[in-house]
Amino acid sequence: MLSRVADSLYWMSRYFERANHSARVLEANYNLMLNPSKLSTEERWHRIMASLGIAVAAGGIDPQSAMIKLTSDTGYESSIASCIAESRENAGQVREQISSEMWESLNSLYHQVTQASAKLEADSDPMRLVAAVRAGSYQFNGITDATMNHGEGWQFIQLGKYMERSCALPVLLDAYFSRAGEADSLDWVGLLASCAAFESYCRVYTADLKPDSMAEFLLLNPEFPYSVRYAVERLGAAIAAISQTSFTRATGRIERIAGRLRSSLAYVQISDIMIGGVHRYLNDVIEQCNSLHAAVHVVYIDYPIQSALEA
Amino acid sequence: MAPAAIPRRTAPGVLDVRNMTMPAQSARPMPAPFDAYEIGAAYDEMFRSAGRPRPHYKHLYTQLLNRPSEELYRSKQEADLSFFNQGITFTVYGRAEGTEQIFPHDLLPRIITGSEWAVIERGLTQRITALNLFLADIYHERRILKDRIIPGEIIYTCKHFRRQMQGVRVPRNVYISVAGTDLIRLPDGRFVVLEDNLRVPSGVSYMLTSRKVMKQIFPTLFRKCGVRPIEQYSQALLSTLRSLAPQGRPTIVLLTPGNYNSAYFEHAFLARQMGIELVEGRDLVVHDNMVYMRTTLGLQRVDVIYRRVDDDFVDPLAFRADSTLGVAGLFNAYRAGNVVLANALGSGVADDKAIYSYVPKIIRYYLGEDPIVDNVETLLMTDRVQRDEVCGNLEKYVVKAVGESGGYGMLIGPHSSGEQRSQFRDKILADPRNYIAQPTLTLSAAPCFMDGRIEPRHIDLRPYVLFGEKITMVPGGLTRVALRKGSLVVNSSQGGGSKDTWVLEN
Repeated sequence: MLSRVADSLYWMSRYFERANHSARVLEANYNLMLNPSKLSTEERWHRIMASLGIAVAAGGIDPQSAMIKLTSDTGYESSIASCIAESRENAGQVREQISSEMWESLNSLYHQVTQASAKLEADSDPMRLVAAVRAGSYQFNGITDATMNHGEGWQFIQLGKYMERSCALPVLLDAYFSRAGEADSLDWVGLLASCAAFESYCRVYTADLKPDSMAEFLLLNPEFPYSVRYAVERLGAAIAAISQTSFTRATGRIERIAGRLRSSLAYVQISDIMIGGVHRYLNDVIEQCNSLHAAVHVVYIDYPIQSALEA
Repeated sequence: MAPAAIPRRTAPGVLDVRNMTMPAQSARPMPAPFDAYEIGAAYDEMFRSAGRPRPHYKHLYTQLLNRPSEELYRSKQEADLSFFNQGITFTVYGRAEGTEQIFPHDLLPRIITGSEWAVIERGLTQRITALNLFLADIYHERRILKDRIIPGEIIYTCKHFRRQMQGVRVPRNVYISVAGTDLIRLPDGRFVVLEDNLRVPSGVSYMLTSRKVMKQIFPTLFRKCGVRPIEQYSQALLSTLRSLAPQGRPTIVLLTPGNYNSAYFEHAFLARQMGIELVEGRDLVVHDNMVYMRTTLGLQRVDVIYRRVDDDFVDPLAFRADSTLGVAGLFNAYRAGNVVLANALGSGVADDKAIYSYVPKIIRYYLGEDPIVDNVETLLMTDRVQRDEVCGNLEKYVVKAVGESGGYGMLIGPHSSGEQRSQFRDKILADPRNYIAQPTLTLSAAPCFMDGRIEPRHIDLRPYVLFGEKITMVPGGLTRVALRKGSLVVNSSQGGGSKDTWVLEN
C-alpha cells in the first residue's frame, strides 16, 4: 500500500475519533451543568478544557462562546466541525480505497455538521450538532467494519482510531483524578458518561462510585471499549497485523514499545498506580503512545530513502 | 485582399458557411416522438430525409417509435442514477463544496457502420504513425526541416517543443502511446480531423462507463444491431504500457495531479481497471536516477509511468520550478532510460494547431501516402495573405490559439460580437504564431432525447488510439454532444455532454 494512502486512512480515522471523543465529553458535561454544583461554572469549564487537553489561560471563560468554539468553530482546529472536516478531507484523498458506503456516511455527516454549524451562531442548541456526530460516528464505525476488506488499509484505520483513543482517555482521566478531592458524585457521573461507561461500570462495581474503582475500570478493564487497556490492546493488535503484512520492514522498535505498553496495562494493579501517582502513570501512557506514533510514522510513512534502499 | 489568393487544398465537400446551400427539406411530417425533429444543413446521422432513417439506424428508429415517451423518461432517469451511483460525476467549481453533478449523458446511441469505422481506423493509424515518426525525427535528425517541408521556426516557437528531449531515445521510438483525435463529420458525410490530442487526452472513462449503462437500458437493441465490444480497452492500455517496459514484470503506475483535478475520476477508474497503483508526485522519489514509490513495504521500483500530468509539471528541476505535482529528478531518470513515461515528454509539439496544418505533408513525407482522413482547411496567421483574409472577415472564421484545448482561447466568428472580434484582431496581429483560423464548419447532427422529445444536436467523435508494439484501436470512442440547441461547442465545460458510440459488426 502507498505510504500516503496509509497516512490518509490513519488520519481520517484519528480525526474522526477525536470529534467523537469531544462530542461525548461535551454532551456529558452539558447535561450535568444543568445541575447545581459546588464548583463554579467557570471552574467546570476549566475542567472540560482540561479533559480535552486544551490549554487555557487562567481567568474567565465565557460558556456560550466556549461551546461554540469547541463544536462549530471551523476556524478553531480542535473543534468538532474542524475534526470532521479534516477526517473527510483525508477520506477524499483516498476515496477509491475506502468503500463508497463509508464515503457517503462520512460525507453526509460532514454536511450535517456544516449546516448545523452555520445555524449555531444565530440560535443555539449546540447539542444537535453533538448528537449528530455521536450517532454518525457509531454508524461510520459500523459501516467501516461491515463494508471494507479487513486488510492493511483497514488496519491503518484501526490504528488511527485506537491511537487517538489511547491518547485522549488518559488526558480525560487525568483531569479528574489529579483533583479527585474536589469532585462530588455528580462529577464522577460526568466522567463515566464522558466514556459512555455508566451502565457498564455499574454492571461490574454497582452504582458505588469510588474513585479507585472508577480508575480501575477506565484504565484497566480488558473488555470495555473506552478503557485505556482495551484501546492499547487493539492498538497493539493493529500494529501486529500491519507488521505481518510488511515483514520486510524493521519493526522491532514499534513492537517493543507496543509490547511494553500492553504488558504494563495488563499486569499492573490499580493500588500500585494510586501509590505511584495516577498523574505520573497516565503521563507515561501518553508519552509511550506518542513515541509509538512517531515510530510508526518513520517506519511506514516518512522513512529516510537511504534506510529503505538498504533494506 | 482578394480571397482567390487563399490556398485551397481541401477537397470538394469541405463546405464553409459562406457558400453552404440549404438542402431541400422534405415536407413530410415526422411521427412522434420525432415530431419536433428538424433536419437542417448539417449531415444528419440518423435520417437521409424526414421519416427515412439510414439503414444502420433502423432498429433504433423502430424501437423509439414503439416506446412511449414515459418509458424513455424512465430509462433516462435509470441511466442518470446509474451514472451517479458509479460516481461518474464532476465537481462544479465555484459553488458550495462537494457539489457534484453527473456528466450529462444522452440516452440515444450514436451509430457508426463497420465500413465507416474501417476508414477511420485506417486513417488514424496512418496519421498517428506519421506523427510519431515526425516526433522521432524532430527530436533527432530533423530531416523534415532540412528538406524544407516544414519551416524550422514553427517548431522552435511551439511552446510544447521540449529542447531537453533532443537526442533522448524513447522505448520502441514510441512518443504517442495514447492519442485521442477529434473528428467531425461534414455535410457531405465525410469524417475529417478537427484536432489531435497527443499529450494527455481524457474522456475514455465516459466511453467505458456509458457502455455499461447502455447495456442495461437497451439489451435487445444491442443484440439486434451487433455492436462491437469496447470493454477490452483497459487491458489494451495495460498491454501498451507493458510493451514499452523492459523485460520481466514491470511495475506500472498512473500518475495523477490529485483529487482536485477534474479528471481525477477517470484516473482512479483506469488505475482500478488495470489493477495498477494510482500515485501522486509526492508518492514518488528519485534516487540515483531510479524512480521509486513509497509504500508501507518500503520503496518499490517503478518502471512505467502512465502520466496524466502535463509536461510542464512532471519535474520541477527540469521544467516549471513552481510545480508541486511532479517529482524532482524524474527527467534525469527518464533520460537515463530508467523509467518510461507515456506519453513521451515533448509529444505536444505534434498537436500544435499550426503544425496541424502540415499534417497532410507530414503523412506524405514519412509514409509516401495520401492522407486517408483529411484535415480541415486551416489558415496560418504567420502567412501575410492568409492573415489579411482572416482579419478582414473574422465573422466567418473560427480562430483558435495554437496551444490550447478544451475550447479555451477561441473565437467563433459567426457568434461573436464586434468588440470580441476587434480584440481578437489585435491579439492575432500582436502574436500571429499563436493563432490559426478555420472556416466555420457545421458538425453533423444526431438525435438526442431532449425533455420528452427527440431533437437533433451537433456531435463530434473522439476515438482513442493506443500505440505500443503496434497500433490498436477499440471500435468506438467518445461522442460529444452540444446539448444546447444550435450550439456547435461540445466541450463539457460549456454545456456539452456525451453519447454512447456504437460501431457495428458489418
